[in-house]
Amino acid sequence: MLAFHRPDTNTLVVRIAGDWVSGNPLPPAGEVERELSSGPGVRRVAFEAAALGKWDSGLLTFLLKVFDRCSAAGVAVEKTGLPPGVVRLLDLATAVPERKGARREEKRDPFLARVGAAAEKAWKSNRDTVTFVGDVAVAVLRLFRGKARFRRSDLLEVIQECGAQALPIVSLISVLVGLILAFVGAIQLKAFGAQLYVADLVGIAMVREMAAIMTGIIVAGRTGAAFAAKLGTMQVNEEIDALKTMGFSPIEFLVLPRMVALFLMMPLLCLYADLMGVLGGMIVGVSMLDLGLMQYYLQTRAAVNLNNLWIGLFMSAVFGVLVAFSGCLRGIQCGRSASAVGEATTSAVVTGIVSIIVATAVINVICNVLGI
Amino acid sequence: MNGTKEPCIVAKDLTMAFGSFVLQRDLNFTVNRGDIFIIMGGSGCGKSTLLRHLVGLQTPAKGQILYGDVDFWGLEPEERERFGRRFGILYQSGALWSSMTLAQNVALPLEEYTDLDPKSIRERVSLKLALVGLSGFEEYYPSEISGGMKKRAGLARAMALDPDILFFDEPSAGLDPISARLLDELILELRDSLGSTVVVVTHELASIFTIGNNSVFLDPDAKTMLAAGDPKELRDGCPNPTVRTFLTRGEAGAPGK
Repeated sequence: MLAFHRPDTNTLVVRIAGDWVSGNPLPPAGEVERELSSGPGVRRVAFEAAALGKWDSGLLTFLLKVFDRCSAAGVAVEKTGLPPGVVRLLDLATAVPERKGARREEKRDPFLARVGAAAEKAWKSNRDTVTFVGDVAVAVLRLFRGKARFRRSDLLEVIQECGAQALPIVSLISVLVGLILAFVGAIQLKAFGAQLYVADLVGIAMVREMAAIMTGIIVAGRTGAAFAAKLGTMQVNEEIDALKTMGFSPIEFLVLPRMVALFLMMPLLCLYADLMGVLGGMIVGVSMLDLGLMQYYLQTRAAVNLNNLWIGLFMSAVFGVLVAFSGCLRGIQCGRSASAVGEATTSAVVTGIVSIIVATAVINVICNVLGI
Repeated sequence: MNGTKEPCIVAKDLTMAFGSFVLQRDLNFTVNRGDIFIIMGGSGCGKSTLLRHLVGLQTPAKGQILYGDVDFWGLEPEERERFGRRFGILYQSGALWSSMTLAQNVALPLEEYTDLDPKSIRERVSLKLALVGLSGFEEYYPSEISGGMKKRAGLARAMALDPDILFFDEPSAGLDPISARLLDELILELRDSLGSTVVVVTHELASIFTIGNNSVFLDPDAKTMLAAGDPKELRDGCPNPTVRTFLTRGEAGAPGK
């Protein structure tokens, strides 16, 4: 494949033979370098390629490496011995010198600089969020004054998408959560012969907390992600620019209908999840704990008071606003690439779920202080 | 071209920057009423960014953009928005609102900014779509039509409010030569019949010479404009070799030679 001979002391002839194609093992360029440094006084490198068979980019990269090393060692290179196709391609590859400063260096900033950059970024992102809150608040005010501009059909479409179409998954999850709560309670309560209180446990837990949290998380994953992806794609396609330049506020036109739709639909979904969760508990109660249907129903009715229901519904309305907010915020902030849309979607779901859990904790603490 | 040259858009010492990264500095040029003004230059020199400055999507780092005698960026945001309704903009990808049909896309600005009744809006929408050769496609969604049709539909939407100034971002990008040529002819036709001023971002030489009668050349290395004027005159007589190389596809010799 690779051989050397020296017709005179000044010249090194590199003989290239055989097939130089990907798949065959190719000799490293270092061999030529070794040959160069082995004998003294080589001033010229020539090539002989009469026995060269098939060749592809592998030969070119090899030769470029050899040229680099030769020019580093101050040795002249003679390309005449190479096939004309190879020479033309090599000339093409070396025709445009590397643009100075175009290559990006992997630069690692000192620790303090990175901390500073991260802090600056966090500050900017907080400012963006606060600005967005302000914009949305202004838009809501305009909505109440009847001056907000958006398409009614958009609102109805979003209502259908995030309300009615979420019913199957909300049913499934709520029934299962009701079942799980009943199972967990049944094992403990049975030990005291108090299995009837499974109805209290499931009823209060579902109505007051779990239904709202579970629908919140479902909607964050389903609708929040969809909002971010849709708005993000609109950003990529310049559709949001088109809205702006035509004088439509993207906040009013895109964010407001989504926020209103979720604010209206979440309590309804939550109410539905309440019923489904109690139904799940009832399945366990009746089938495993030998409770009567009517008995379970009456026990649930006695245990759950209206306060619990209102708190649950209030929480779900808050969650609706939070999910719509995080979905739209990330969508509007989205960069102009496909991967940015993916990041926006992920970030919307994470922000949505985190804010739901935090809001639950805050609301519970407040309820506790107020004694409801 | 028009005999009476009345300035329509004037850029004064305009500097465009992202943060501390300066894209172009000290841009000075004048677009006259009725011009077809070409913003040209190699990829990445800030052509589209200049367009975003002109239409109000991005704030200049320094300098002024004057429309007539109005300082565009000196206006209050609401006034600037109202002023912007005199613009029609065709985005690179068409930027049609994907959740609406073509008719709804064109109708939206009309519904919002005019007192026309639904019937006359429908008629106007059909007229605009017919002007760009898309009659019968009213009820299609943007995802159901080809790239060239999207561009033309975008143009119909840009013309919805009968704008004084039309902006085009790379109108022929992604179009086959015939469609690109038809679009060029459409642009010329619209300028002649509606009397609007047209600003086009492009690097398609064929388009530049067919439609342009005024231009500015931006260079990414010099980070400023190298020339301004009629592109045909620049091709034949511009002292700057980079501009001549660009306008002759490199046949006038490589830069620096």
